[in-house]
Amino acid sequence: MDKKQKRERIQKRIAREFKDGDYVNLGIGLPTGVADFIPDEVTIHFQSENGIMGVGPKPPAGEEIPDLINAGGGPITAKDGASFFDSVTSFSIIRGGHIDFTVLGTLQVDARGNVANWSIPGKIVPGMGGAMDLVSGAKQVIIATLHLDKYGKSKIMKECTLPLTGKGVVNLIVTDMAVIKVVEDGLKLIDIAEDTTIEKVVEATEPQLIIPDKVGIFS
Amino acid sequence: MAKIISGKEAATLVKPGSSLMLSGFLVAGAPVYLIDCLVENGVDSLHVVTISTDYDNKGVGRLITSKQIKSLQVSHIGTNRTTQKQYKNKDISIEFVPQGILVERIRTAGAGLGGFYSPVGVGTTVAEGKETLEENGKIYILERPISADVAFISAKKADKLGNLVYHRTARNSNPSMAMGATITVAEVDEIVEPGEISPERVGTPGVFVDYLVKKGE
Repeated sequence: MDKKQKRERIQKRIAREFKDGDYVNLGIGLPTGVADFIPDEVTIHFQSENGIMGVGPKPPAGEEIPDLINAGGGPITAKDGASFFDSVTSFSIIRGGHIDFTVLGTLQVDARGNVANWSIPGKIVPGMGGAMDLVSGAKQVIIATLHLDKYGKSKIMKECTLPLTGKGVVNLIVTDMAVIKVVEDGLKLIDIAEDTTIEKVVEATEPQLIIPDKVGIFS
Repeated sequence: MAKIISGKEAATLVKPGSSLMLSGFLVAGAPVYLIDCLVENGVDSLHVVTISTDYDNKGVGRLITSKQIKSLQVSHIGTNRTTQKQYKNKDISIEFVPQGILVERIRTAGAGLGGFYSPVGVGTTVAEGKETLEENGKIYILERPISADVAFISAKKADKLGNLVYHRTARNSNPSMAMGATITVAEVDEIVEPGEISPERVGTPGVFVDYLVKKGE
């Protein structure tokens, strides 16, 4: 499986978590693509923190409007029923518990539900943008990430070593190998990908996993 | 009544060492003409409050490239390599502020409040050195207001009283910054007579706006 297929598998699996009518904020990069896998019969209201509820698909070439962008700066459209608002309102929506799901990419995530995705001190410090508000206020925080980094090391760690974006905030981790839930006593395996085994997932994950009797399979 | 001035005059309101709010999100809603005027004016050692430093030599990024900014309160610099380089070389000092907290701190200043308790960043570097409050088992940190000497903002349209109309996602930090600074200058595409903008459509009431600059003039 190439990287694109792995990313699509993650996006497709996350799309299954939402139910009709949910309000969802998708982070930049890998999470943005989740919107492409929402079934036709399901309506999701996508928020972008720069000030819109009801984000529609990318406009056709030549029809981009510079004043209509998403949080990554890319051109978007506004769906029927969309609303525009300022940043204070946007983050009131986010922090106030009015968003059902936020999906974020990450550098590290750990067994206690900590997430680190804004700074590699001394190397690159992009800043947290809206991520700290999002993990603090969204009802459910989903981390979308490849299971292993480019050196083959687990991105799911016993304990994050980078500066945290949020402490104990993650609910679900979806990777190209597994779906893992953050529970009170650690990480619980929910699903594994169709082309792997529980043993392989355990081996590829730094912290210990809680393996229930029934583990699902996703493609 | 907002006073209509030129971009060049607006730039002289910003003194060396001034604190300056610059609105916008990745250039959308940024006062790009006023930024051009500041670059031309050359005023430096600025403390800038902004959501992001946009792109290399674009939007707020123009003032980064021209090295007129000495310090920043900002939520994201990931789209501008020059900012990252200046930060790494310690040419610029930065307080990273979560985006929602940044605009709320600005709003707080504009609303005459002394601060607020926030759950954002508890257990992270953002909480370091801040007073805490525990309420129903949840920990909050005290966030202080952010004000500035001058705010440069932008809108689609204004009437001569300074009432502003925004366009799509270009609203972002404009309304909060309009109220957060001592002097507010709004750059607009069009200036119309009072009454031509429906009161229902006003995004920022003119009471917050001191000066208007028509883009390019």
